[in-house]
This record gives sequence, structure tokens and C-alpha cells, in this order.
Amino acid sequence: MTALNYPDHITATYYLILAAMLFTIGAVGLLIRKNTLVMFMCVELMLNAANLSFVAYAKALNDISGQVIVFFTLVVAAAEVAIGLAIIIAIFRRRQSVNADDVDLLKG
Amino acid sequence: MDARNLLDLAWLIPALPAFGAVVLLLFGKRIGEPKAGWLATAMITLSFVASVIAFFALRSLSPDQRSNVSQGFTWIQAGTFRVDFRFLVDPLSSTMTLFVTGIGALIHMYAIGYMHGDERFSRFFAYLNLFAASMLVLVLGSSFLLTFLGWEGVGLCSYLLISFWFERNSAAVAGKKAFITNRVGDFGFMLAMFLIFQHLGTLNYSALGSGEHVSAAVSGLSQTTITAIALLLFLGAMGKSAQLPLHIWLPDAMEGPTPVSALIHAATMVTAGVFLLVRANVFFELSNHAGTIVAWLGAITALYAATVALVQNDIKRVLAYSTISQLGYMFLAVGVGAYSAAIFHMITHAFFKALLFLGAGSVIHGMHDEQDMRRMGGLRKFMPITAFTFIFGWLAIAGVFPFAGFWSKDEILAKAWFGHDYGLWLVGAAAALLTAFYMTRQVWLVFYGPERFRDAAFLAGEEHAEIATQVEDAGEPEPAVAAHGAGGVHDGVEPHESPWTMYVPLAILAFLSLVGGFLDLPFVNSKLNVLDRWLQVPEGPVAPHFSTALLLSIVALAIAVTGIWVGIGVYRKGLRADGSDETVERLGGFAGVLENAWYINAAVAWFVSGPATVFARFLSDGVDKRGIDGAVNGIGSVTRAGGGGLRRLQTGLVRNYALGIAFGTVLLLLYVSTRVAF
Repeated sequence: MTALNYPDHITATYYLILAAMLFTIGAVGLLIRKNTLVMFMCVELMLNAANLSFVAYAKALNDISGQVIVFFTLVVAAAEVAIGLAIIIAIFRRRQSVNADDVDLLKG
Repeated sequence: MDARNLLDLAWLIPALPAFGAVVLLLFGKRIGEPKAGWLATAMITLSFVASVIAFFALRSLSPDQRSNVSQGFTWIQAGTFRVDFRFLVDPLSSTMTLFVTGIGALIHMYAIGYMHGDERFSRFFAYLNLFAASMLVLVLGSSFLLTFLGWEGVGLCSYLLISFWFERNSAAVAGKKAFITNRVGDFGFMLAMFLIFQHLGTLNYSALGSGEHVSAAVSGLSQTTITAIALLLFLGAMGKSAQLPLHIWLPDAMEGPTPVSALIHAATMVTAGVFLLVRANVFFELSNHAGTIVAWLGAITALYAATVALVQNDIKRVLAYSTISQLGYMFLAVGVGAYSAAIFHMITHAFFKALLFLGAGSVIHGMHDEQDMRRMGGLRKFMPITAFTFIFGWLAIAGVFPFAGFWSKDEILAKAWFGHDYGLWLVGAAAALLTAFYMTRQVWLVFYGPERFRDAAFLAGEEHAEIATQVEDAGEPEPAVAAHGAGGVHDGVEPHESPWTMYVPLAILAFLSLVGGFLDLPFVNSKLNVLDRWLQVPEGPVAPHFSTALLLSIVALAIAVTGIWVGIGVYRKGLRADGSDETVERLGGFAGVLENAWYINAAVAWFVSGPATVFARFLSDGVDKRGIDGAVNGIGSVTRAGGGGLRRLQTGLVRNYALGIAFGTVLLLLYVSTRVAF
């Protein structure tokens, strides 16, 4: 298994910083973009950033449960993608648009 | 059967007339005219029989055992508050049931004749039975609340019966007046119950004790509490028993049919207040001042009502004011601690007042609904039985030896004297003098002197004279119209004696008015004071010497005879030649004050339509509309405005919500990091 080992000088911190960067890109993208499809991809980005930090911690703390949770996340994300895409398609069929700001019927 | 088992059947006493009332309310129309009356009479008579059996069962027990609370069920249970539906049979309630049912039965029987031909005949008897049943619950209740149930039932029935002929506006108004005035008293009764429950934790009479055996819980109360309870109970009694200034409903209650007046005045209703005070006598015994207040108010009421009765012309109004006056004596007795004397006078009064009212009803019936005494006179030739029995009632109420009223009234006045309340004695004696006088006036105007009912010249009111001439002009007078419509000229309609269902009760009551006084002869060591020893309630001050008592009796008799002698002297020839009344003329301007009952009615009316209306309007417009409605509407509009502001947050834009979530997460993280750091 030594071949799969990471070089020793690349510690968990690197992975966590990368995860944080990915998460921030996702969050900011979610907030500033209007296109629901892009927003959707941003959400995926955030989810995977979280996955990355789980895996990193699993390695660093030598605890397998972090990797198990990633599998849960993947499954949930897959279901979410299926439903989310279906909603986006339904919206597009009605409005010929996927702009999030156009969908405001629940305005109080 | 064991006596106590028999006493457990006491529930039958109120249940029988209650059953009669239910049957008559449901099937009265089908039962029809004479039978409905006889059914009601049978029920109350059976109730009387049950009362007699209960009396003998109670008497067979030894004196210290004579109190039986029957089995029952839990009526109300809330926390530590618990009221059982049980009936208490003791000497006091047994005595009350005897005369309530006994006199009630006679009045029921009398009403069969009196109400003949009324279109709501069966309804009337349903109410009468319900009235009696309520009164019996009041009397037999084992707790204040059960008594209150009967108390309210009596109030309701009085309303139904006083306004029985509700087609007449005056009757409807009188019924409402009685009900509302009684509510004022009920308010006092309820407050007293709240206080009793607050301090004793129960409303059962058994928790009070009686006479010398006051329970520790009661004697441990503060003087203020005891006096407050006593005076609030007295306020309740003032409403029911028509004491100043809550007496105003009673004269108006004359609007009801005469049997109702007799029932209200003699057996039920007005006696309830006196009964309540006797039942709760421990509070008056322990209170330092309540008794004095009760006694003085009673004495003043006795004198007040007697003065008003002097100048009344309506045959029933005289009796109404005399009832108020006699009730004043009973409160005077309660106030000086002579509870058995109060009950004694209540019983004798029930005899002679029922007699007088039924006699008056017989006169009204025989005179074809004429109630003005100025248009009567010489009736003893036309209705000898009524006249003869009425005279018994007159002698009894005036206090002539050996009639019932002599013994009971004398006992009350004597007790006041023995208690060194000479002022009370003087007021009571003055009222007794006036009583003898106005009753003589009534008897002479109605039964003696010239026959004024044929003579249109004696009609005092001008409107009557006018109608009389109209009838004469018409050539052929119509008796029915003249008698019922104008109430004036009775051409061709002679007064007549009443049917036997009416005069048999009169005869029985006349006998009781004669011998009723022997229930309680004032010879202390002779065992002839039957009622005193039977009732087991405090007797109040005792005579220092027999000679003092004898002297007081002679003085009382002299007062009665003086009143009668003056009365006969004034009214021997009836009214004056011009139709005016000697008493009214002699009193001059003061007669107007008396005719208007010292303007107390007007004062109450002024108060109700003046300050009370202003206050009610203030409560309605100021407090209710602005205050309470304002608060309710304010809560509504604040919620509305708040919602209107908050709805702006709901933009419907997904990215705004996402921003909110992100911002919230950041805040949470900041919070967590500070917690970790420090």
C-alpha cells in the first residue's frame, strides 16, 4: 500500500484548504449566479468540498467513518440531482427560462 | 322501619311537587281544567303527608340526635370544592316543610276555584308546584349551595307567577322588577358563600354548628370575617324577604293572581330570608354588630311599611305592606337573637296572612275583579263566610288575645325589651299600633259600613264617574263590561260568596289563626313553649321576672285594642259623605308621602334612570367600547401591522434565501468559534 501513500510533506491541511476554496467558490457562485443550472453545479461543488474534507480527516485521524459518510453524501447527492434536474426541466418547460429570479411566485 | 331510614326518604318532599310540575308542563293541556288543579293539589298534599311522617320520625329520635343528612350524590366536584346533593332534616327544616306544604296545599286548593276559566289554568298549577318544590329544596338543602338552588328556583317561579297575566304590561313589568330586585340580594348571598368557602373550605351546614355548639372552625374566624358573612347573608335575605330598601318588588307583586300573592307572602319566598338567617345563626351570634344592624333595619321596616299601609286603597296593597311590616318584626327578632321567636312569628304570620290574602282574593272574586276598598263596604251580608274568616285574620294580625299574632308578636317585642333594646321595643310597639289601626280600617271599609259598590257618587276617581255616566246613557247597561272594564258600577251584579274550594281553605286557616299561638306559649318553666324546645335554635334574652313578661303582654294587648278602637271610631260610618278618607284628610300633605310609599320607589327609579344609567353608559361607551374593545382590536391591528412588515422578507427569490442561510451559517460559526476560543 505504500505506493498509494501521499508524500509525507503534503499534510491534511492542504486538502482542507483546497476544500475550503472549493466550498467558497460554490457558495459565492450560488449567491451571484442567476442560472439555476449553474447554481445547481455550485451546490455540487459545495457538497464535494465537504466530501473532500471528510476524506482528509478520515486519513488524518485514521478513522474509517469519515469515508463511510462520503458514500452517504454521494447517494444523497445523486438523488438530489435527479429531483433537482427534473424540477429545472419542469420550470423550463413552463417558462422557457431557467433564471432563478423569474421564479418568485411565493413572494409574500 | 327505623326512623333514620324514613328520614332518608326526605327527598320525596320536594320531589312530589316537582314531579307534578313536570307532568303538568308536559301534559297539562290534555289533563284539562279541574283535573290539572286537583293533580297539583294532590302532589303538594302528598308532600305534606310526607312532611308529617318526617316530623314524627324526627320526633321519635332523642333531642340531641335530631339531625339527619340523607344519602345523596356528589353534585359538584372541583378540586377541594365539593357539594353533595343531600337533604338535611332537623327540627328547623321539618317545621318549615310542615307549614310550606300545609299552607301551600290549602292555597293550591283555593286556586282551583279562583283560577276557574283561565286559559292557562294548567300552566298556573305547574308553576305553583314548581314554586313549592323550589321552596322545599331551599328549606331542606344540606348546604348553602343547595339552599341557593332552591332560592333561585323560588326567584324564577315568582317571576313566572307574578307576570302570569303577562298580557297586562303592568304584570310583566312587576315580574321583571321582582326578579331584578331579588338579584341584588342574591349577589349578597353569593358573596357570603364565597367568603364561607374561602374560610371554612365547605358550604355544608354541618360545618357551622348551631346555638351553643358552634364549630371550632367558625369560632376561630376573625370578627371582621364573621360580620362580613353575616351582613352579606342579610343582604340576600333583604332581597327575598323584602326589607328596606329592597322591598319595592313586593307591593308590585300584587299584579299576580291572588293565590300567588298568598303563596309568596305566607308560605314561600318571603320567609326564605328569615329562614336563611336562622339557619346561619352562628354568624349572627358571634358577630358583635351584625345583630344590631339587622334588628334596627327590621324595626324601621316594620314601622315604615305600617305607615304606608295606612293610606292604601287597594285591598291587596294594604296586605302587601303589612307583610313587609311583619317581616320586619321577624328580622327584629333575629337581630336580638330570638331565632325561635322569628320562626314562631313566621308560622303564625303564614297562617293569618294566607288567610287574609285568600280572603281578599275571595272578596275580589265576589266583587268581579274590584280591588278598590272605597268601592266596597257592607260585604259581610253578601259573603258571610269570607267576612267571618277575614275577621279572624284581622284579630290575629292586630295581636288580640288569644289569636296567633298576639303570642308571636308579643314574644318578639318582649325579647327586645328583655335584651334592653328599649328603642327597638318602642319602634315595634308603634308599628303594632299602626297595624291594628290599618287592619281595622280595611275590615271596616270592606265588610262594614254602607254598601258603596252600587253608588256611583262614591267613586273617587273622575274617570270612573265618566264611564259610569256613559253606561247610564247607553240605556241598557252591560253588566260584564261595567264590572270588568270600568271596575265601577255593578248594576245587576251583586257580590256573591265564593265556591267551597275557596272557603274551605279559609275556614281551616281561620282555625289555625286562632290556635296557632298555642304552639309556643311564653310560660318558660311550664313546658308549654313547645316550639322553643323543639327548634333547638337560640332563644335570645329571657324574662327577668314573670311579672315583667305579663306586664309587657298587657301593654301589647292594650296597644292592639287602642289601634282597633281608634280604627272603629274613625271608620264606623265608612268613608266621609263626600267619599274622602278620614285618615288621608287628617294627615293632610303627609298622606301624599305615604301614598307614594315615602318616595322610595321614585328614589330607586331616579337612581336607576339617573346616576346608574350614566354609569352604565360610561361602562358601555368608555370602558367596554374604548377599553375592552380597544384592547381586543389593538391586539388585532398590531398583529396585522407586524405581519405586513414581516411579509417583505418573503421575497420569493431563491438567492435571497440562500444568502440568509449562508449568513446564518457564518454567524453560527462565529458563535461556535468564540465559545471554543474562550
